[in-house]
Amino acid sequence: MRKVLQRTVAAMALGSIASIAMAQDDGADLVINGEIEITVRAPAPAHMSDTGIDTILSGWVFRSDETRQLEMDDFDNPAFLAVDRGIEAWNTVEGTEGKSCATCHGDVEESMAGVRAVYPRWNEEAGEVRTLAGQINDCRTNQMGADAYAYDKSDMTAMEALISVQSRGMPVNVAIEGPVAETWAQGQELYYTRFGQLELSCANCHEQNYGNYIRADHLSQGQINGFPTYRLKNAGLVQTHNRFRGCIRDTRAETFAVGSPEFVALELYVASRGNGLSVEGPSVRP
Amino acid sequence: MTRFALSATLVALMSTAAVAEDVAPSDVAYDDYGAIAQSLTGVAGDPAEGLRVMETRSAGNCVACHQVSVSTAAFQGNVGPSLDGVADRWDVDQLRGLVANAKMVFPDTVMPSFYRVSGYIRPGDAFTGKAAGELSPLLTAQQIEDVVAYLQTLSE
Repeated sequence: MRKVLQRTVAAMALGSIASIAMAQDDGADLVINGEIEITVRAPAPAHMSDTGIDTILSGWVFRSDETRQLEMDDFDNPAFLAVDRGIEAWNTVEGTEGKSCATCHGDVEESMAGVRAVYPRWNEEAGEVRTLAGQINDCRTNQMGADAYAYDKSDMTAMEALISVQSRGMPVNVAIEGPVAETWAQGQELYYTRFGQLELSCANCHEQNYGNYIRADHLSQGQINGFPTYRLKNAGLVQTHNRFRGCIRDTRAETFAVGSPEFVALELYVASRGNGLSVEGPSVRP
Repeated sequence: MTRFALSATLVALMSTAAVAEDVAPSDVAYDDYGAIAQSLTGVAGDPAEGLRVMETRSAGNCVACHQVSVSTAAFQGNVGPSLDGVADRWDVDQLRGLVANAKMVFPDTVMPSFYRVSGYIRPGDAFTGKAAGELSPLLTAQQIEDVVAYLQTLSE
């Protein structure tokens, strides 16, 4: 019995060596519109030294040539219809204060350059970690006197897409120390928690098994540098927390709500695993 | 009214009797090596039905993670080891234990426990994302036996 066990463990070890070789990074480079160079593979940040991952990879690396192509030219990228809607919203006065985004922030291309790269981040005044979506809604409710956007619906993803575009090609650089440290640690714990009746953590699929297949699903590292992402299967932009919710639901678990403290923490942690990749949103995925 | 109540009780009793022959998930006896010596149902497994369970997304969907060369199921996964020749590596009791709860042998395995109903974190009501009431095991006792019967045919 013990012999059998040892042999099986050995076979499993061999299997995981093979699967690392099958991670299927073909070395292709992503350049958008022939000019914006996107870093799709980078050395893992120092905080990932215990994860067994030494190179972080954008989800783009794991996709088919056809899907990759759609992201290489903004005229082919279906998310840019939403970016256009975002520009319109940026300049539209809403709410009791008679302001638009542009009233305070001016030209989006100037004021929002680099913003997406550092979110989620600490908000000193509020004393909390804020996601980009959380900050957009804070502006709307507290500065404009307008209604908050639904956290993961199309108005929000359009505005997120518009803001993300202004940072495309810049390295993700989310702070993990100082006042955010506690939230970051909570996010890390969630990442490794095996939820639901299937008992699957984020790490089970996206750290231990990236590059492998669950039926037709080619598992990526679960990076979120490309969010909001246009999912062909949804024919629309998908918000980060919406994706988290779907993943946890698929473990046969009681999931968390979009915008919940748990998902804010998880977003901070997952974003930090992409420190060094480029902001890529709005990306295109199957 | 009385007759209705009586016959309802009778039906309830009969179905209890039928279920009582299955070993409940919480009553399964694993040995020190995670094997289960006793059939969960007392009814011989049906290998053909076992293969169907293994290939069907809404059932076991074992091929989501494991490759089975003789299966014609599309998109077989590779998260777990290939099941080709699995009957040469494990005996029937060990196979039953692995399908019912592989964590008894490999505590950190990614593989879900297919015949276990407690000890989960935030268990949900299937794939609704809502909280679960009382959980059913992922496979029925007979489905476990059917899958084990099929796995026993996979020798090289």
